[in-house]
Amino acid sequence: MNAPDKTALRTAVPPAVGVRQPLIDGVEKVTGRALYTADLPARHALIGAILRSPLPHARIRGIDTRAARAMPGVRAVVTGDDCDVPYGVIPIAQNEFPLARERVRYRGEPVAAVAAVDEATARAALAAIALDLEPLPAVFDAKSALVAGAVQLHENKPGNIEREVDHTFGDVEAGLATATLVREERFHYAEVTHAMMEPNAALAEWDAERERLTLHSVTQVPYYVHLALARCLRLDESQIRVIKPFVGGGFGHRTETLNFEIIASLLARAAAGTIKLELTREETFLTHRGRPETDVRLKIGLTREGRITAIDCEVIQRGGAYAGYGLVTILYAGALLHAIYRVPASRYHGLRVYANTPPSGAMRGHGSVDVRHAFEALLDAMSAELGLDPFAVRRANLIIAPHRTINDLQVNSCGLAECLDKVEAASLWRERRGRLPKGRGLGMACSHYVSGSAKPVHWTGEPHAVVNLKLDFDGSITVLTGAADIGQGSSTLIAQAVAEVLGLSLERLRVIANDSAVTPKDNGSYSSRVSFMVGNAAIRAGEALRSVLVTAAARKLGVSEAEVECLGELYRLVDGEKTIGYRDVVTAALEDAGTLTVKGVWSTPVEVQGGKFKGAAVGTGAGYSYAAQVVEVDVDEATGVVRVLRVWVAHDCGRAINPLAVEGQVQGSVWMGMGQALTEETRYADGLPLAANFLDYRIPTIVESPPIDTFIVEAPDPHGPFGAKEAGEGSLSGFIPALTNAIADATGLRLTELPASPDRLLDALQARARKRRLQQAIAEATQQGGA
Amino acid sequence: MPKRLLCITVNGRRREDAVADHALLIDYLREDLGLTGTKRGCDGGECGACTVLIDGEPRLACITLAVRCDGLEVETIEALAANGRMSRLQQAFHEKLGTQCGFCTPGMIMAAEALLRRTPLPSEAQIREALSGNLCRCTGYVKIIEAVQATAEPAGAVGVAE
Repeated sequence: MNAPDKTALRTAVPPAVGVRQPLIDGVEKVTGRALYTADLPARHALIGAILRSPLPHARIRGIDTRAARAMPGVRAVVTGDDCDVPYGVIPIAQNEFPLARERVRYRGEPVAAVAAVDEATARAALAAIALDLEPLPAVFDAKSALVAGAVQLHENKPGNIEREVDHTFGDVEAGLATATLVREERFHYAEVTHAMMEPNAALAEWDAERERLTLHSVTQVPYYVHLALARCLRLDESQIRVIKPFVGGGFGHRTETLNFEIIASLLARAAAGTIKLELTREETFLTHRGRPETDVRLKIGLTREGRITAIDCEVIQRGGAYAGYGLVTILYAGALLHAIYRVPASRYHGLRVYANTPPSGAMRGHGSVDVRHAFEALLDAMSAELGLDPFAVRRANLIIAPHRTINDLQVNSCGLAECLDKVEAASLWRERRGRLPKGRGLGMACSHYVSGSAKPVHWTGEPHAVVNLKLDFDGSITVLTGAADIGQGSSTLIAQAVAEVLGLSLERLRVIANDSAVTPKDNGSYSSRVSFMVGNAAIRAGEALRSVLVTAAARKLGVSEAEVECLGELYRLVDGEKTIGYRDVVTAALEDAGTLTVKGVWSTPVEVQGGKFKGAAVGTGAGYSYAAQVVEVDVDEATGVVRVLRVWVAHDCGRAINPLAVEGQVQGSVWMGMGQALTEETRYADGLPLAANFLDYRIPTIVESPPIDTFIVEAPDPHGPFGAKEAGEGSLSGFIPALTNAIADATGLRLTELPASPDRLLDALQARARKRRLQQAIAEATQQGGA
Repeated sequence: MPKRLLCITVNGRRREDAVADHALLIDYLREDLGLTGTKRGCDGGECGACTVLIDGEPRLACITLAVRCDGLEVETIEALAANGRMSRLQQAFHEKLGTQCGFCTPGMIMAAEALLRRTPLPSEAQIREALSGNLCRCTGYVKIIEAVQATAEPAGAVGVAE
């Protein structure tokens, strides 16, 4: 008996999971061959352009488009009259029209659009449209919007309150009563926006003979766009095809249907042709949907050992002019107070408020970011007051999985303890904290995020994710997925998952993504759901195909299926020498069946879908990622300039299916948190955007971006694909408090208003200096008076 | 709209094209020549996504008039891969994940290319300075620096000397 060593053969199958895998579409990106929406060949397309409201709030008395329509070269003009169906990502909160009807509610809101033979004609046509607007009083922040008698933006929303949330779990008063230390603080956060590098663009084609619409767009959610187009254009869903080409980032901007996508489609139908609509960078900023301006009041009770006894939190978000994701954002802010530490009692009051500014929406770390700052900053201050190390306080409150939070979130894995150990050691926290030169400081904080919202926005009863595989005569496998790769590497991950299950190399696979005519429906790239949900579906699709191949191999070898094992390029008899090559197995499998298509599906288990109370679905997920980070800063007290010298971050992603991409996502998250913490803010003067460009909206350049030492922690999740959880959002929110905690370490000053821009920091430092001088003067005067 | 004859070399090919006086280089490249690797990411000179090389120097195609390139040599991202093979810099951006969404990547690579031609072994500070006009929203720049450094390693110096 000289059978080949089975173990040797097994290990000969190269693993696909856990490999530092360059992106499968990376070559296109580095060679310039990748086609983004604006790059698509459309030589004969008409050029679209949008007329926007110059006023923040007004009644539309009339829009005279006659002159524009009469211009040579103008092929279509559309206004609010052309679409009377409201849209919005949340089915119960649809109150926005692609082109304003009756009223405009923010400066820059689209009111009309034209299609013309070239850009110059389109611009001239816009200039020829006469808008008759009757100005209305406007409100620009939550406080004025909430004042009694303030102008009301939406007739069905008295007091401009879009959504109010009151959630109490456990006995908060009793919890606070048992605390050794109770502290309360107020925080204010500027509005920030995604600022992904690719401006918005859409290519819409109306086939007049067949009455069919094809839209190419920059979306993260082709399926939601598909639904909104059907709704707003009153088409049957089958008349529409949505294709997502390469997309230059999203970060949440593109997780809902955006007005320009519907406008391009309306224009295409009106002109019976193809429309290319490219928004400027300024218009892309105006489309917004970013993180709202937010006020947080937070109270925490801690025992002497630093254990949390209760929390009481109030959040007010200025949501802008329309609903969008608003109600989800305000629910997230409360829900994700939980699932990172053990919290025995909590009270949350959330208010989402309408105002005459561009609508906010979902942005990386949706809803959780500002409250996480408040939480971690207050915890840091209270640790100091109790004489405890900030790491010790986090460790005193760790969740031991499995754990069900008091608001019914199910935590099945948690690697936060290991994250803490990693960054504490790597940053030499114990050795260096408190021993740094003047102006230098170290701060730390933790954060977490869901790996996919457990309940989809549209409840259809379908599985949460579907992946199809096609195997044909050439032996290659085509992976068909609707998951939107916007740079995070989801197509690569899905290919790795299939390759791993089948024991094949990636060369055997091709991924085709995001063409509604070809690929299975997917809910889209949001709430960090793709790795987890689509990854699981990919595994199951791979298993389905493997099962077909094993059956074929068994038939060929004349044995039972149980006796055959799949080694990728080789199938062989478990206890014998007989083998059959992959290509022969494929031929055998196709013999009777012809081209094979199989699928894998996945749904979030019911037990992780949350409690029964109103709003319980938001914040639920099958797995939570965890992160800890340490930030080192240098603060120039003379100028208020903060330099980030180094960041150490550890992220528990369950299992790194692609460690290279995990690092990239974690670094990008940390860095985006840095932008929000230091410089980024949209600003408005009476609703007029003041920072709708990259010079005034300051995202960090390479010069001020620090080294980020990145550690991957793997606490496998029982539901995760190969144990994996999300890696693209959870590290963002931790940076911001780690930074302000580091500033506090360096200067003793605890900033409660962000971003920590030089002007704000300098104001705070000077205010403190004035207060100290005053106190000193009073003390001296008292002394002299007493002498 | 007045036009004039533009004599230009783009990616090694000499061309003569009639272009409008006010035409921007980015539109000439993207619309007339179909070289869509050069990206427009902003409303003028803010983001660096349209960086191309003009006579070897990194320039922003979105704030350069096409007619100003008369008699000059323009290189875009499409020129870097020779005989179907990616350049070492492109290879490094691919393998080190110096690109995520990829939209800033062509401009970033062209800016880095200009640096490496000038300074084959740049310090980290020189890399940061050379790429300071190129915004990226995905990577935090960490792996972009790694990619440029990997290209500039001594093995790379040999390659450059060849």
